[in-house]
Amino acid sequence: MRRRSFFQGKAPRRFRFFLALAVLLLLTAALAPALAPNDPEKTHVQAMKQAPSAEFPLGTDEYGRCVLSRVLAGAPVSVFGAIGLVAASFVVGTFLGMLCGYYEGFLDEVMMRLADILLAFPQMVLAIAVAGLLGGGLKNALLALGITSWTVYARLARSLTLQAKKETYVAAARFSGCRGPALLFKQILPNVVGSLAVTAATQIGSTMMGIAGLSFLGIGVIPPRAEWGSMISEGRSYMQLAPWATLAPAAAVVVTVVVFNCLGDVARDLGPAGKEMG
Amino acid sequence: MGGAAGLPLVKFGWEAMNVKRYIGRRLFQLFLILIGVTFLVFLLMYLSPGDPAQRKLTAGGVAVTEEVLERAREDMGLNRPLLAQYGSWLGRVVRGDFGESLNDGLPVAGKLAKGLKNTLLLSLTSLFAALLFAIPLGTYSAVRQHGAADKIISFLTFMGNSLPNFLIAVLLMYFLCLKTKLFPILANGSAKGLFLPALTLAIPLFSQFTRQVRAAVLEQLHKPYVAGARSRGVKESAVLVRNVLRNSLISIITVVGMAGGTLMAGSVVVESIFLWPGIGKLMMDAITAKDYPVVQGLVLVMALLFVTVNLVTDLLYHKLDPRIWDQGEETS
Repeated sequence: MRRRSFFQGKAPRRFRFFLALAVLLLLTAALAPALAPNDPEKTHVQAMKQAPSAEFPLGTDEYGRCVLSRVLAGAPVSVFGAIGLVAASFVVGTFLGMLCGYYEGFLDEVMMRLADILLAFPQMVLAIAVAGLLGGGLKNALLALGITSWTVYARLARSLTLQAKKETYVAAARFSGCRGPALLFKQILPNVVGSLAVTAATQIGSTMMGIAGLSFLGIGVIPPRAEWGSMISEGRSYMQLAPWATLAPAAAVVVTVVVFNCLGDVARDLGPAGKEMG
Repeated sequence: MGGAAGLPLVKFGWEAMNVKRYIGRRLFQLFLILIGVTFLVFLLMYLSPGDPAQRKLTAGGVAVTEEVLERAREDMGLNRPLLAQYGSWLGRVVRGDFGESLNDGLPVAGKLAKGLKNTLLLSLTSLFAALLFAIPLGTYSAVRQHGAADKIISFLTFMGNSLPNFLIAVLLMYFLCLKTKLFPILANGSAKGLFLPALTLAIPLFSQFTRQVRAAVLEQLHKPYVAGARSRGVKESAVLVRNVLRNSLISIITVVGMAGGTLMAGSVVVESIFLWPGIGKLMMDAITAKDYPVVQGLVLVMALLFVTVNLVTDLLYHKLDPRIWDQGEETS
């Protein structure tokens, strides 16, 4: 439906290409401690705001900490934090949405009204308020983003399940005596999970931006723990003296978000047309 | 297809009576949502850490006894049941009383009104700028699909969608303020100071809008009526402006309506970076200072604005395309 000419080529090959890049990022994040040339939290008083050198490939920040090591140390937070949150929202939302679509009635009414209410807030504003009131930290930031993120999957899973109930294969399964949870999870789930997974793939990039945004505002990951958003925020005040301390985490954010957004877009173009989201 | 507010559309014919019933039902849903939203906002405050009575009494730096504290809690109604507290809070909010700031004791409503004016100025400027560039560029991109300009525009809008707003702000600051000294770093409410925050907010909006305009125009261009008009010898530019753009208007309006959320979240980030005195900066300041009544008032006002924008978008959407009345609820 929504076609883009960007990065044209054979779709499956593009998909494999971005998948490979994403896996590379995942590996980098997983191996970050081993790859880092220095201790990301060790300060070097004699080497503050130093330009890139052999010892510090991307320079040092205002406390003389190795920027490259800190960028690497921030990778697991962004990559695994975002993927973990998306996966949790996907599982919870899909489960609730399918139950709502299948059984309808009271539960459906309550859950969908709850989703309506949560979606009546601008999502990031609610996340900022909740994370701010909870006092920051990665766990609180993820919780704040998670309050609304499940609704996307719940609504989609519900509408897909409602549609599936009218399909012949469900009627056939019913005639052969399959009903209740068995019908829902063995027959309907495999048929609707594709669209939901595609939706999940498109959400990873924006979730990363959300985590980095909260940390940038000082209500996500708390320094001295390394995180890209908070590194950019810290480096901003001495950007004129040591631009690498800001530009290196900035580049990391851009590259990671672009790779996961491309992956999501390609998945959407290839996969079952994911319907309107949130 | 969900309504813009995420509310399920209701299956109706489009006779006048049903339109009224639809609007009536939307307003009833809106009422329920408002109850839910206000309750949630109240709960946010109720569950927030810290004791407002202690906060109020010890603001001057004086220690107070437990007895005095208890009396203050009683006076402030903090010992009453949750729902009773919600009821009286809601009663005050409806009358425009959002309480007082814990920091300076000034009424929250006054701070809100002042900030809202600045935020509206900033948001509407960036919205207008984004549309001004997005409509012609998106259309051009669609007309010259696969051309060089289309590829460049697609790439730029893709990047614009992948850059977090705080990063756009920091990069603009680096290149336009520090490297070239074209602009002052702090906005301080002047016209020149408006430029950078507005640009920061406009970039993601422009990217979203351009992609949407391009997709909408492409969809229209492949419709038979376009081929028909062309074969009748109607000038290409006339087809484009009179038919294609007019028919694309619906999806453009939808995406503009959805920009409300982007703008509000963006204003928190951008205003705090450029120190633009709007509700976004007010919100971050209040969060940092743990000034809960201000946070509460701001979240409530932003949610109300968001709901209103979505309702207007949805009604406009239905007004422009009567066929939507016929679509069912199942796909909501």
